[in-house]
Amino acid sequence: MSAVVDSHGHGHEHHHDHHGGYSGIMRWITTTNHKDIGTLYLWFSFIMFLVGGAMAMVIRLELFSPGLQWVNPDFFNQMTTMHGLIMVFGAIMPAFVGFANWLIPMQIGAPDMAFARMNNWSFWILPFAASLLVISFFMPGGAPGVGWTMYAPLTVQMGIGMDFTIFAVHLLGMSSIMGSINIITTILNLRAPGMTLMRMPLFCWTWLITAYLLVAAMPVLAGAVTMTLTDRHFGTSFFNAAGGGDPVLYQHIFWFFGHPEVYIIALPAFGVISQVIPAFSRKPLFGYASMVYATSAIAILSFIVWAHHMYTVGMPVTGQLFFMYATTLIAVPTGVKVFNWVATMWKGALSFETPMLFAIGFLFLFTLGGFTGLVLSLAAVDIQLHDTYYVVAHFHYVMAIGAVFAGFAGIYFWLPKWTGRMYDEKLGKWHFWLSTIFINMTFFVQHFSGLAGMPRRVPDYPLMFETWNKISSIGAFGFGLSQFLFLYIVLKAIRSGEKAKDKQWEGADSLEWTHLPSPAPYHSFETQPVIK
Amino acid sequence: MAHEATAAPHQHYYVPQPMPWPIMGSIALWLMMLGAVFVFNGMSGGWISIAAGFMVLLYMMFRWFGDVIRESEGMKYGRWEDVSFRWGMSFFIFSEVMFFAAFFGALFYVRVLSVPDLASLQNNEYLWPGFAALWPSAGPTFEQKFSPMAAWGLPAINTLLLLSSGVTVTIAHWALKENKRAMLNLFLFFTVALGVTFLFVQAYEYGHAYSELNLKLTTGVYGSTFFMLTGFHGFHVTVGAIMLSVILGRCLAGHFKPDHHFAFEGVAWYWHFVDVVWLGLFIFVYWL
Repeated sequence: MSAVVDSHGHGHEHHHDHHGGYSGIMRWITTTNHKDIGTLYLWFSFIMFLVGGAMAMVIRLELFSPGLQWVNPDFFNQMTTMHGLIMVFGAIMPAFVGFANWLIPMQIGAPDMAFARMNNWSFWILPFAASLLVISFFMPGGAPGVGWTMYAPLTVQMGIGMDFTIFAVHLLGMSSIMGSINIITTILNLRAPGMTLMRMPLFCWTWLITAYLLVAAMPVLAGAVTMTLTDRHFGTSFFNAAGGGDPVLYQHIFWFFGHPEVYIIALPAFGVISQVIPAFSRKPLFGYASMVYATSAIAILSFIVWAHHMYTVGMPVTGQLFFMYATTLIAVPTGVKVFNWVATMWKGALSFETPMLFAIGFLFLFTLGGFTGLVLSLAAVDIQLHDTYYVVAHFHYVMAIGAVFAGFAGIYFWLPKWTGRMYDEKLGKWHFWLSTIFINMTFFVQHFSGLAGMPRRVPDYPLMFETWNKISSIGAFGFGLSQFLFLYIVLKAIRSGEKAKDKQWEGADSLEWTHLPSPAPYHSFETQPVIK
Repeated sequence: MAHEATAAPHQHYYVPQPMPWPIMGSIALWLMMLGAVFVFNGMSGGWISIAAGFMVLLYMMFRWFGDVIRESEGMKYGRWEDVSFRWGMSFFIFSEVMFFAAFFGALFYVRVLSVPDLASLQNNEYLWPGFAALWPSAGPTFEQKFSPMAAWGLPAINTLLLLSSGVTVTIAHWALKENKRAMLNLFLFFTVALGVTFLFVQAYEYGHAYSELNLKLTTGVYGSTFFMLTGFHGFHVTVGAIMLSVILGRCLAGHFKPDHHFAFEGVAWYWHFVDVVWLGLFIFVYWL
């Protein structure tokens, strides 16, 4: 190992050995270590989760009662826009990239990510992108109030804040593409001898496919917002019918990115759940190969269903039928997955620690969100429900509950491995039950207001919707406050948690549990294990 | 740590030291974007911010690539790292393909859907009388006359230039593998020269479009798609020509070995990609 620069410090269990001569804040800014970068991603995403959550609180506060109460409609629109952008690009995606950074090298027996320096850049672009979004609030006209989908022609008419948002999206896209290329290369090239693709933990598989989706979809979004930018400032006519273009063109390009994006968020969540459920069922994952094929099938289908977001733009009926059938087809591989998770638990020696509670919560609530998605995939039904709170309820069940619960399950599951310390099991269970009750209060009732016709992205509503909105707002405040309990649990575990065992969960069987101590050493698998 | 730590067949994978270049790159991009927003909106100070950001970016690239070149020449990268670079470059080019796909998609959409739709509205004669779904079109309300760019003039010459440069870079690669350094340098120089000539021809073509054809970025959706597609392609040719020049400089400095030259190959791949995109442009933007 003479040719290797940073071959120091193995066998150490301390984090604070040398970091290439940098210390303090510079250690974190210059680091090339996948564990450091994973930690940065996770903390960044949690901060963004609180920022985006605070915006959600403003939205729910305004909707607590009919009539205009607290904020003006323009600011309300800015809140819904930024809440969506920050939660999707700032909170959920970086959270799962953080998981990928921490876990993929350990799960495949690699010394680090394939491109350690580029890994650092993938993360350190994010705070700068976030700052552009924040700056837009202080510009004349404020942040754009166009919705996170940034539809033309509204985006073409917005003020200077829109330009900041467009450039922020460019930066976020660069970060995602670099991160994804890194993940793909790491998985394809850095697996330990004997770790064949079909022996990899499912989390690595879901990330491999997610990374492929990101590389294919993010550049398309960059193209879409670039056309918005030139329409705004250089007189092009992409989205302008007077010049032969079409605002609907924007929607097509956006959703060609946007639908794969849904699976970019969902697939890593599936991966986490596929690690947690077998561990607490003390059984191997049921139907591993079919899980891999189902994940691939979802990824392929996700590129031919985009116009189901656009049933109301005036598509030909043939087009609606195609996108409807293609969309309903996705229920098949998703059904395979749900079946496999349930079959994994079947006759297992189940125990219900916090990660498993969140995983089971995910299983029920994500499936519910999937079913409402199936309802919305039907063109005839969707035309009634388009842009109502039914849609809001649907995608919050799959994202705010599905992806976020999978994130919580993963954090409770791997926290002992990352920090070497256990969280407080009792408080963890409190966090689960409070979150579950409040989040269902928030979003379940939105199905009813949506079915009754309440439109989304409007700060006011008729009296008849008041009860549902009051319940929803109370639930949202409760869910928001519960997350401070989560912060407390994590900090408490780091500072004074009980020492965790190397193999904290007896049913966990991937390399980070079987081959590494808790906490995992700063450099793991400099010599690769041989998998038999 | 490893309970079954048998000697692995792989040697050590090179994991680089911490370094400040990535954060410098972020600062550079941030300054340039901030400046661009200011310039677009007519606020003062924008160009200063862009210039500062660009300087930081240049410095960062010199230092970062300098480190990588030193590591490569110091034989820090073996076969294992080489495979990583190949996967990385392949997927980077794939992401570029998807970026161009968005603009090609826009072109196909306006040609097949939006322009014909605008010409077949029910009360068209009251809205925009005389507007017909003919391509090239600048849309129903564009009043002036303009001429499209003809395919078999300068664009055909440019096609020839780029295709020849694809041949010369392949000959250079073959020479590198055969360790014929003089031939390598010569044909790499030809490649750079052809690329730069292409750019000059394209600049002349743009001037011709603006001054004689009245074909501008603002010429409806034909101008939009024409200049966005050819412009982004031209930007990629510029970047490719700069990368080829760096590789040429390294060749002259004696870098690369017949079996150790991924930087050369990666740039050659990129150059071929730019070439293929041009063929798509020539067929769908200029010719058909």
